Amino acid sequence: MSPGVQDATAGCVRRDYALRRRVATVLVHAALAAGAVLTVLPLVWMVSASLMPTGEASAAPPRWLPSAPTLAHYRELVTRLDLARVFANSLGIALVTTIVSVTLNALAGYAFARLRFPGRDRIFAALLLALVIPGQLGMLPLFLMLRGLGLVNTYLGVLVPGLASIFGIFLVRQYALGIPQSLLDAARVDGAGELRVFWSVVVPLCRPVLVTLALFTFMGTWNDFLWPLVVLSDSRLQTLPVALANLLGEHVQDTELMMAGAVLTVLPVIGVFLALQRSYIEGIASGSVKQ
Amino acid sequence: MSRVRRTTLAGGAVGWLFAAPALTAIAVFFFLPVAASILLSFTDFDVYAVASRSNLRVVGLGNYTRLADDALFRTAVRNTLYFVVVGAPLSIAVSFGAALLLHAPLTRWKPAFRAALFLPVVTTLVAVAVVWRYVFHPRSGLLNALLALLGVGPVDWLGDPRVAMPAIVLMTIWKNFGFNMVILAAGLLSIPERLYEAARVDGAGVAARFLHVTLPALRPTLVFVTVMTLIGDLQLFAEPYVMTQGGPAHATLSVVLLMYLEGFRWWNMGYAAAIAVALFLAMLVPSLVARAVGTRPEVA
Repeated sequence: MSPGVQDATAGCVRRDYALRRRVATVLVHAALAAGAVLTVLPLVWMVSASLMPTGEASAAPPRWLPSAPTLAHYRELVTRLDLARVFANSLGIALVTTIVSVTLNALAGYAFARLRFPGRDRIFAALLLALVIPGQLGMLPLFLMLRGLGLVNTYLGVLVPGLASIFGIFLVRQYALGIPQSLLDAARVDGAGELRVFWSVVVPLCRPVLVTLALFTFMGTWNDFLWPLVVLSDSRLQTLPVALANLLGEHVQDTELMMAGAVLTVLPVIGVFLALQRSYIEGIASGSVKQ
Repeated sequence: MSRVRRTTLAGGAVGWLFAAPALTAIAVFFFLPVAASILLSFTDFDVYAVASRSNLRVVGLGNYTRLADDALFRTAVRNTLYFVVVGAPLSIAVSFGAALLLHAPLTRWKPAFRAALFLPVVTTLVAVAVVWRYVFHPRSGLLNALLALLGVGPVDWLGDPRVAMPAIVLMTIWKNFGFNMVILAAGLLSIPERLYEAARVDGAGVAARFLHVTLPALRPTLVFVTVMTLIGDLQLFAEPYVMTQGGPAHATLSVVLLMYLEGFRWWNMGYAAAIAVALFLAMLVPSLVARAVGTRPEVA
């Protein structure tokens, strides 16, 4: 084969390869773009419909954009339907649960990793086994128990199952196992008490896992439905998901009002997610989080 | 010497003090109710027992034999199994496809695509179930509008018993696929590039590399994702509660929804506890099967 022919063939192959590569690039991006649009579409429509004048969101065929955007439905939710209070309930319950549970899980996780105490390993093994038990299993007796204590329809009652979590303890323990012993010893030699060692050595070193844990506890509590539904029947104490489900019963026809309620419920968690996206996605990708 | 001794002695007490608050909370508000639930399932605790405990009788396995004969429970089991058996594989397939696209070396703007595809995962289930109730509306819903573009006639998604559960499957895939997508994408990222190079040298094409490199390397991740998805899907509750209340004609009544109705609407607490125990046993199956097949899920 003469050098000229060889060059021409190589050129053809190269051009063919470049063409195939370009087609593949277009196809991959078209598929991703289509998927992303379809995924985001219901959420975009939710926002759009929440701004439509009454009746427009139930038009057939559906409308995509409000003819005259209005905040009337948000106003009605806040003034007439007391949703500001419900929003505050959700926020307060999620924040308190997060602070208490991250603190208790961190203390226990560190103890299981680095402090010796009688029965430690056997208790930890038992906790690991219990990871498979779903929350719903204890729900009925827990309700009866709280009823006996007068805690049904109280904020405390809704907080109680989230005060500590086996999974949280497990997460912190795995992370705390990696703390160098020399740092703990150094602090003790300097005369630091155990609480002080925890607070000024362990907590700063465990920061990444504590942030992930806090993030997921907050989102999980904010989004939780079954337990708040069971334990909070007083509408003044309810959280957003429960209030929204109840609102649907009376206002099914008010599409725009319901969409405004859904926006108020979803927007804070989407905001937190977008702000802390990296911790969030890394937390899931490393398999350190249960849905 | 005395110093070392002091630390170990104090260490024991300190360890207990540090672990005690969390362990107490878990013992009182989790282990105790779980144990009580099993006991409760052997009683006829109902609305009369709520009023006075003297109306409480032990019925042994009575609730469980009643479950076997209960047409409503059997419907709930059938619906839940349909949701799990049809929904989980579809959901994992969508997650896997999305992960492969995101992972492709050609792909640009990965963080933006990933964030968009992941967005539904972080949303509040009840809120998006409310949104989808309107998306599924036969006349004014988005879904039928999109289908009309393809020439598919209007479907009464939540009103027709034949398509109500498929509609819930569709909504759940939309809500959850991003979660497994992120785990699978991380799994793809951890496959060493040299395995692909070696396969390429051996003349393996795209399909062969996928079958003989990607799939085997991803097996533990796929097993983990499958087990977690099956366990999660068995707990179907909020979607039918919000979108269909278990209807039409009980077509979307799930096991957890039935447990909620029996226990907290009708106060048949003993019977509902038996449903909860049965659900728990069913939730053990995926992990046990995975273990028997020889691949332990990565995380407990």
